[in-house]
Amino acid sequence: MDQNIILTAKGLNLWYSENHALKDINLDIPQNQVTALIGPSGCGKSTFLKTLDRMNDLVPGVKIEGSVQYRGLEIYDPKVNVTWLRKQIGMVFQKPNPFPMSIYDNIAYGPRTHGIRNKKQLDEIVEKALQGAAIWDEVKDRLKKSALGLSGGQQQRICIARALAVEPDVLLMDEATSALDPISTSKIEDLIADLKKSYTIVIVTHNMQQATRVSDRCAFFLHGELVEADDTEKLFSVPRDKRTEDYITGRFG
Amino acid sequence: MKEKALSKPLAQPQQEVSQPEAKSGNVHVLESAMKLIFFICGFIAIGFVLVITVYLIISGLPAIREVGLVEFLFGTEWASTAEQPKFGILPLILTSVYGTAGAIVIGVPIGFLMAMFLSKVAPRRVANVIRPVVDLLAGIPSIVYGLVGLMVLVPLVRTTFHTAAGESLLASIVVLAVMILPSIISVSETALNAVPREYEEASLALGATEIETYFRVSAPAAKSGIAAAVVLGVGRAIGEAMAIMMVAGNVANMPDLLSSVRFLTTGIAVELAYSSGLQRQALFSIGLVLFLFIMCINVILNVVLKRKKG
Repeated sequence: MDQNIILTAKGLNLWYSENHALKDINLDIPQNQVTALIGPSGCGKSTFLKTLDRMNDLVPGVKIEGSVQYRGLEIYDPKVNVTWLRKQIGMVFQKPNPFPMSIYDNIAYGPRTHGIRNKKQLDEIVEKALQGAAIWDEVKDRLKKSALGLSGGQQQRICIARALAVEPDVLLMDEATSALDPISTSKIEDLIADLKKSYTIVIVTHNMQQATRVSDRCAFFLHGELVEADDTEKLFSVPRDKRTEDYITGRFG
Repeated sequence: MKEKALSKPLAQPQQEVSQPEAKSGNVHVLESAMKLIFFICGFIAIGFVLVITVYLIISGLPAIREVGLVEFLFGTEWASTAEQPKFGILPLILTSVYGTAGAIVIGVPIGFLMAMFLSKVAPRRVANVIRPVVDLLAGIPSIVYGLVGLMVLVPLVRTTFHTAAGESLLASIVVLAVMILPSIISVSETALNAVPREYEEASLALGATEIETYFRVSAPAAKSGIAAAVVLGVGRAIGEAMAIMMVAGNVANMPDLLSSVRFLTTGIAVELAYSSGLQRQALFSIGLVLFLFIMCINVILNVVLKRKKG
């Protein structure tokens, strides 16, 4: 592989109490590409995504073994500063979840958290982030209005802008379009294609057309196992594993 | 799977539904009777409010008319049994306002942080021990608060500030602050618990710490509930009589933190038993003023709560 590898999971196992949710996962995430995690509900794809920015730490009773490296750094090392890690690795959730505050404050929340107080600097960051999420033109005249007054698709782009405002390195998207209408979905897919120039993106999707449309690489999860990971084109045209073939041809799922 | 489903025989046409026999007449009578009872019960509550309002206005107005509204509300001297009686309740109004404000200033931050602790920080097992204790605090009769205040707080104020008597506005404020804690805690905690977890996750995912998240996302998201808790605390504090009567000293001075003071509520309670004539009427006027205060607070509370829903 000639790309830089940003994130690497090696022998990753995860349990929710007794439930063995991830079984010996080995996966590389290359830089400036879109990696899609696909698979049926409950296969562990979202769980895997959340191990990448340690959001699973918040789940009571979770146990994680194995190695996840971010640019060579062992992220489950007790010495790692989790807030720093989560600043590097941003996340967009399934349900749009803007804070109940103004659009401006939503975007400025992250930078303020990380110590930026200068009004002018914040203004610049907010504008840049909103432009990065392709929503600046729609909201530039109503930055002081509540973000909850926007449509679902706009809210989700606000959430993307909010994640971009802390200048992350990697962007994780957990079924970020599954709660949206087709037009909003296609806007966000276009956005993803645009964002991968500057960011490394990992998406979880249960929509296989979406995976083929936006991703460069694709990883198929089933029952907590990583069945197959390959270039998207290859995975969908000549899957190596019978289970992958069954899934992508719609025989189950 | 599909083939199996197809090979299943088609469902039988549904059998005709036979209607159960109509309920007997008795049931209908019972229904209407119960409805009537509910209606009466509902009306009784409204009736009481109306009767009290009307009664307070009727019995409260004569003294105000006699003394004069301005003199009554803004007179700084209350000497109801003097030869030349004076009925100025400004000291009482100010004492009630200062006492309530003081209780809020002390009680709200403590109650809010406590609610934050119970809702977000405390391990579930710890919270499950503390919560019933807080509820117990709400169940203690106010006379007991007064008693403890009198035995502990009053001597403490006396010795700490070297005053002649420890009964004071300060002692009253502390007692009131403790008394309003349970309602502030439980209402704020409910509001904080109702904050969607997604907000907090979004904040954590941006690299905020948990404490930052609770103060900068959860608390603002719960602000209308917390405001309701504050207003509720004001309502409780301003209406309290028994506990503070035992620690306030009950002299109608203009309020000072360390001097003996008389609240609107205690003003009525200490004199009612031996009052007569205009003095008695003036006590009802105090009652009317207190009633209007509490009405205003309730209106504010309703507005706050409604805004939360809207």
